[in-house]
Amino acid sequence: MAESTGTATADMIVGEGDDGVRRRDFINIAAVSFAGIGGAATLFPLISQMAPSADVLAESSTELDTGAIAPGQAIKAIFRKQPLFVRRLTAAELAEANAVGLDDLRDPQTLADRTKEGHGDVLVTMGVCTHLGCVPLGAAEGENKGEYGGYFCPCHGSHYDTAGRIRKGPAPTNLEVPEYEFTSDSVIRVG
Amino acid sequence: MSFSWARQYEPQTGVTKWLDERLPLPRLVYNAVGAGYPVPRNLNYMWNFGVLAGFFLVLQIITGVVLAMHYASDATVAFAKVEHIMRDVNWGWLMRYMHANGASFFFIVIYLHIFRGFFYSSYKAPREMIWLLGVVIFLLMMATAFMGYVLPWGQMSFWGAKVITGLFGAIPVVGEPLQVWLLGGFAPDDAALNRFFSLHFLLPFVIAGVVILHIWALHIPGSSNPTGVEVKKESDTVPFHPYYTAKDGFGLGVVLIVFTIMVFFLPNMLGHPDNYIEANPLSTPALIVPEWYFYPFYAILRAFTFDFFFVPAKLLGVIAMFASILIWFILPWLDKSPVRSGHYRPLFRIFFWILMADMALLFYLGGAHAEEPYIMLSQLATAYYFLHFLVILPIISQIEKPRPLPYSITEAVLGKDEPAAGTKPAETSA
Repeated sequence: MAESTGTATADMIVGEGDDGVRRRDFINIAAVSFAGIGGAATLFPLISQMAPSADVLAESSTELDTGAIAPGQAIKAIFRKQPLFVRRLTAAELAEANAVGLDDLRDPQTLADRTKEGHGDVLVTMGVCTHLGCVPLGAAEGENKGEYGGYFCPCHGSHYDTAGRIRKGPAPTNLEVPEYEFTSDSVIRVG
Repeated sequence: MSFSWARQYEPQTGVTKWLDERLPLPRLVYNAVGAGYPVPRNLNYMWNFGVLAGFFLVLQIITGVVLAMHYASDATVAFAKVEHIMRDVNWGWLMRYMHANGASFFFIVIYLHIFRGFFYSSYKAPREMIWLLGVVIFLLMMATAFMGYVLPWGQMSFWGAKVITGLFGAIPVVGEPLQVWLLGGFAPDDAALNRFFSLHFLLPFVIAGVVILHIWALHIPGSSNPTGVEVKKESDTVPFHPYYTAKDGFGLGVVLIVFTIMVFFLPNMLGHPDNYIEANPLSTPALIVPEWYFYPFYAILRAFTFDFFFVPAKLLGVIAMFASILIWFILPWLDKSPVRSGHYRPLFRIFFWILMADMALLFYLGGAHAEEPYIMLSQLATAYYFLHFLVILPIISQIEKPRPLPYSITEAVLGKDEPAAGTKPAETSA
């Protein structure tokens, strides 16, 4: 591009240079390039308009109190318009989660990797199956918790254990642990 | 682009003469679906389904435009708007039931149209382009139907949208940002509903455009026929009008009787009751299923529950589901047998019916719960599906000894024909 522009500028005075490059070649290349770049630039807003809008992005953090959750109980909250599971594990569930060898896991992670220090019994995960995005059962009382006592996705039969890790079924990874922090002893801020 | 003996359009009145010299639209219609299009004289009722598909496309466009006059694609009111159409709008219930059942009937006739193509090898040279455009139409129909099912914003709408857009999340690296971009959010919501409505309105017209290309490509070699023997001379054909307009008209009448029975007496039989519950992002229905016409492909998607080498199960399922349709694009080059019609291919015929049984099984499995024995059956049926196209079909075309073909279509119909000396195969260009 730079090269042809250079020669053509010189030719603008003489019409056609010894190298056979004419003024019209410059105009052709310049016009087509201008239209091409302009067309490509128009694509950007056309593509970008489909991405989440400002109001959708604005609702991106949630606060909630885990103090009232008894061991063995879980609550469903909403984070970014998707369900969030917060669960306080019982001693038996903790032991079960810690007893599993990492080699037996499809997506190897320890329970400690998935919880915050000092709050090892509070498991915060998205309530979104990593297979195709259904809401797994097991957060509410009486729901099917699957073969590993955690969560069970009814859509395509993924079983998660008490640490929300995938153990059986088509889901590729563990239930996602969103970014969150304890802002006090019991309150968490997600997002 | 027709046979040399095709009748020529002759404008009779002053007005049509004037028009013919300026915009020969009547001539185009005459040559496309009128007396100017010579068609093999031996077409059976399996050749009705192209015209029927065209009818249902038009019906869907008309009822759809009418429904759009009363609908709003806002997640807070969409569900109520559909009930408004059902209860308040004059004849709204009829328009909606025709549109919902019309989609099902469109798929029924398209499936029969495709299976006709499988049995009579309609995809073989010189008709590959007709077939390829047909597969494009089918893919566009699937996208349109999927987005249309989201619009009532019921439970199945929402969870169907979530599962199907979740498929894109399976693509490595770019999958998740791509899914968020497609939805315009982290889960289906207003943004997704609006763009689905916009595209659901647009795509039928794109389909209509590809249908025109499909018919254009058809008119170059002319229609195939149940013997698979090409047209040789005038006695092999009859004009499309009145012969096949009448035959298609009769078929349309039969289908419309069944259609009206469905619309008036069983309007929700092919739908899912959960879609009369408003979308709830926090509660997954016990069984998420797509519309019935996607069942075979959904069964293939769910068949993959194990990782293979380094490819995760989820991605495998997505690849297999798309591959199960994309494989149709190479069908003309997988089946190398020079004989077209399944009537003269004893071995092919057996495997054709096994494939039909396999697809029927996939239909059943796609609507079943994701538990044993259905998972294992889905895996077997999926494996056989690909085996049929990739292994069985190429082998059959190598080893099969076809039955003798008739000399001509005329001979096949009348039992005799005179291969008069000097009769050359007809010119196929005009």
